[in-house]
Amino acid sequence: MMAYIVRRVLYAIPILIGVNVLTFLLFFVVNSPDDMARMHLGMKRVTPEAIQTWKQERGYDRPLLYNDAAEGVGRLTDTIFFQKSLKLFQFDFGSSDSGRDIGYDISQRMWPSLAIAIPVLLVGLLVNITYALLIAFFRATYIDFWSVVLLVAMMSISGLFYIIGGQYLVSKLLHLVPISGYDTGWAAAKFLVLPVVIGVVGGVGAGTRWYRTLFLEEIDKDYVRTARAKGLSEPRVLFRHVLRNALIPILTGVVVVLPLLFMGSLITESFFGIPGLGSYTIDAINSQDFAIVRAMVFLGSVLYILGLLLTDISYTLVDPRVRLS
Amino acid sequence: MHKADSPRSLPTPFRFFLLLLTGLLLTGCSEGPWNNPYRASESGRSIVYSSFSERPKHLDPARAYSSNEYGFIAQIYEPPLQYHFLKRPYQLVPLAATGLPRVTYLDESGRPLPDDAPVEQIAFSDYEIRLRPGMRYQPHPALARDGEGRYRYHRLDRAVIDRLNTLQDLPATGTREVVADDFVYQIKRIAFPPLNSPIAGVMQEYIVGFGDFAERTGAAYQALKRKQGGKPWLDLRDYELSGVKVLDRYRLRIRLKGKYPQFRYWLAMPFFAPMPWEAERFYHQPGMERRNISLDWYPIGSGPFMLGENNPNLRMVLEANPNYHGEAYPEDGDPGDAEAGLLRDAGKRMPFIEKAVYSLEKESIPYWNKFLQGYYDTSGISSDSFDQAVQFSDQGDLALTDAMQAKGISLQTAVTASVYYMGFNMLDPVVGGESERARLLRRAISIAMDFEEYIAIFNNGRGVAAQGPIPPGIFGNEEGREGINPYVYDLVDGRPRRKPLEEARRLLAEAGYPGGRDRTTGKPLILYYDTTSAGPDGKARLNWIRKQFAKLGIQLVIRASDYNRFQEKMRKGTGQIFMWGWNADYPDPENFLFLLYGPNGKVEHGGENAANYSNPEFDRLFVAMKNMEDGPRRLEIIRRMVRILRRDAPWVWGFFPKSFALYHAWYRNVKPNLMANNTLKYRRVDPRLRDDLRRQWNPPIVWPILLGLLLLVVSAIPAVRVYLRREGSSAR
Repeated sequence: MMAYIVRRVLYAIPILIGVNVLTFLLFFVVNSPDDMARMHLGMKRVTPEAIQTWKQERGYDRPLLYNDAAEGVGRLTDTIFFQKSLKLFQFDFGSSDSGRDIGYDISQRMWPSLAIAIPVLLVGLLVNITYALLIAFFRATYIDFWSVVLLVAMMSISGLFYIIGGQYLVSKLLHLVPISGYDTGWAAAKFLVLPVVIGVVGGVGAGTRWYRTLFLEEIDKDYVRTARAKGLSEPRVLFRHVLRNALIPILTGVVVVLPLLFMGSLITESFFGIPGLGSYTIDAINSQDFAIVRAMVFLGSVLYILGLLLTDISYTLVDPRVRLS
Repeated sequence: MHKADSPRSLPTPFRFFLLLLTGLLLTGCSEGPWNNPYRASESGRSIVYSSFSERPKHLDPARAYSSNEYGFIAQIYEPPLQYHFLKRPYQLVPLAATGLPRVTYLDESGRPLPDDAPVEQIAFSDYEIRLRPGMRYQPHPALARDGEGRYRYHRLDRAVIDRLNTLQDLPATGTREVVADDFVYQIKRIAFPPLNSPIAGVMQEYIVGFGDFAERTGAAYQALKRKQGGKPWLDLRDYELSGVKVLDRYRLRIRLKGKYPQFRYWLAMPFFAPMPWEAERFYHQPGMERRNISLDWYPIGSGPFMLGENNPNLRMVLEANPNYHGEAYPEDGDPGDAEAGLLRDAGKRMPFIEKAVYSLEKESIPYWNKFLQGYYDTSGISSDSFDQAVQFSDQGDLALTDAMQAKGISLQTAVTASVYYMGFNMLDPVVGGESERARLLRRAISIAMDFEEYIAIFNNGRGVAAQGPIPPGIFGNEEGREGINPYVYDLVDGRPRRKPLEEARRLLAEAGYPGGRDRTTGKPLILYYDTTSAGPDGKARLNWIRKQFAKLGIQLVIRASDYNRFQEKMRKGTGQIFMWGWNADYPDPENFLFLLYGPNGKVEHGGENAANYSNPEFDRLFVAMKNMEDGPRRLEIIRRMVRILRRDAPWVWGFFPKSFALYHAWYRNVKPNLMANNTLKYRRVDPRLRDDLRRQWNPPIVWPILLGLLLLVVSAIPAVRVYLRREGSSAR
């Protein structure tokens, strides 16, 4: 398995270079270093000299990808792309274009993102799996029918509606928790309840339907019939046998998103005023801060690759037949 | 007992939920409303609650220039002057200075001239500023000294710096008196090229020796950087700025080239606030910036407040500065201010609040709801909530809705010192230029663009249609016949009425485009409108603009792009018609008329004249007007300038936006002041009333949740019965 992991890590390098090149090209097709300087220097009274100084200070006065004026390897290395990308591979994110240390900001902002994402994932899994098993238990009854209708309806509603509706109902009408905001330590709990509940409720439709399908696929298999024939109770059949055997596709879906929990949720964080990494990325895009955008895209790619690797490893844990080679 | 059953070994997620539940229950048991987003310890305290939607980019007074940045630093830094809180038109009064600067005009050989000397004779203006003695900086580690008088934190080990997370990790603080050297040091910082001060360009035109200083220090910095690497500290005290001199501990003199009366307005901006050299020395230690500890993040001022908590991802807190020298609330104001209760605190020492908490609030809906719940003291009115807050009476008067009045909310409105206009690119062969044909075309469009309707539809009536470039409240804006643009409006019953569309059609025909077709070629007239608002919100606006042109038979093609491309078009002069705006830096007509001054043309000179308008007569009058003191002569010149502009119509004059602000009954001493940014010190809150009303407005309502749970349980009964029946049935 070790050889497999090493091979996957090595595969990741060209993928990350590709992602970096793409991010770079896409960003600089839309924004030139002059545009970035103007955005950072403000809208009023920006002189060409100030733009030049800004670019010089941050190394944006070099050519983008190829430096005609340099010689030898310098033609490739003395460019914005090379200078700004190389350190990413050492996980040195450097400074944002406004001068702040990106690594420090990420280390600070990942906790609020995780504070929402982890409970949403865990509670969501618990609710979705339980509900899906319940529907599977009552398959082909009115409970199954109306549950599917409800789930399809819930799937069809925009996530934004859940957020605004939830804030309106729970915070504005019932006055149970603050509408938005955040705090440090345990004081954050009262701010997290609503986004977590909304995150769970918003995911019930799609999640439960997906798990229901998985369970129904398993429920008619021979081993289930055998289990029933042995006289096991239906809950025992469902929880001990069906759930275990349906775990592989569930794991595929869950493990792959685990590392991405760090990246936060763009809309939820924005509406609830949660200072996580989702809003960090959006702010960076709005303020044309290439350094942060590049760092976040790179981090996202690394985490996604990590997620895929973890998924492969997790297969071997839940299904002894799977061997990585 | 099986180990897994032990409560001690509950899986982590369950433990987390138990703790969460406990936290919630504890929250529920606290005294105040459950939805209170603030800490219980803040209850009953004199705190102002507000918000910010975007992290301020700069808190360094040499670099900050936008209103969201001024919202903070204007409370912290004290420039020599400030605007009177109550008097209108806006008046400058001393802040860090003991009086207004004493201005002496000098001729080429440095001999003093009388105050009324002709502008042509004035080679230099000396601004002598006498400072208030006894002002002290806020407690700050940069000023902390050890027992032997040495600065305690100016030579920190790299290891110590690497452990710092915030400035508060350095426990010792110190202070010292603000002296004239600090003001001079800050002016040098404005000139220092690596700091990229946005006003360096303007100041270079006026302050003697500014450019030379910038050149010398810029070169010295680059040399030092090559030697040391990173961002080294260059001690600006070692370099002389010839036009700025310290006369004694409390006096300084700034020498300007020629006459520039608007300079006094710049002296009311944080750009000219004092900066101790020690702060720069402290923040420039290697590794500090990497720990995000910089002057751009942790200000050091002498004003009424200091930044106690700076977490712009969450909250920024201004706390009362214990070293503040104190300032008395104004004892006089405008007529009506006393009746409005604005002079109740006259003569009392400010500030009246102990701190101000600004929470991050990115979306308008949560902000508005929290304002209604009493968790923010003031609010603007977004388009979404306008109908909920404000209504128009049958007579067209504006009033708060009953719901707002029932809550004791008040409304303040004011026309801002800003202008939104539709510009014509004067370099364009169709709409631009000085030809009579193009002029008539622009005038026809000016009549067709019904900005009264625009304001009503898209701004909820929050604006005043412009008759020229100068907003109300600024010298040069006039009422009556002189205040009407006769090319677009008629004066009917003392009020301006937009000319009928027939007049626009007549002008268009006269311009050679009868019915919107070119008379010579017969082809339809197609014009191009460049914009950045291509989203769903902008679509209605763009359709409306297209319709205005269609009234004349002109086809308008919308060219939407992002702001970068839009700016590029403006810089290159490839746009044709566009809409833009300007917020005044200071309340002087020069700050609006310069937007149409030829040498400020965007294409040729990179200035703010986006229409690239150039009229020699206008330019000549501008030069004469800009250096004059307000008075009849200046007014007459402004009238002539405005007449030229109205005739040439380089802009469709657009509108002056009106600001609407709501505030709660516990929030006192509120009077719109669109020039002053340091108004927090005047505010007073009644925390007891606020707490009472918050409790009254936010009682927790639990029964719907309980009812929901009950329904869930009831609806589960048939399922349970089915389950029991199935489990009890024999195998089939």
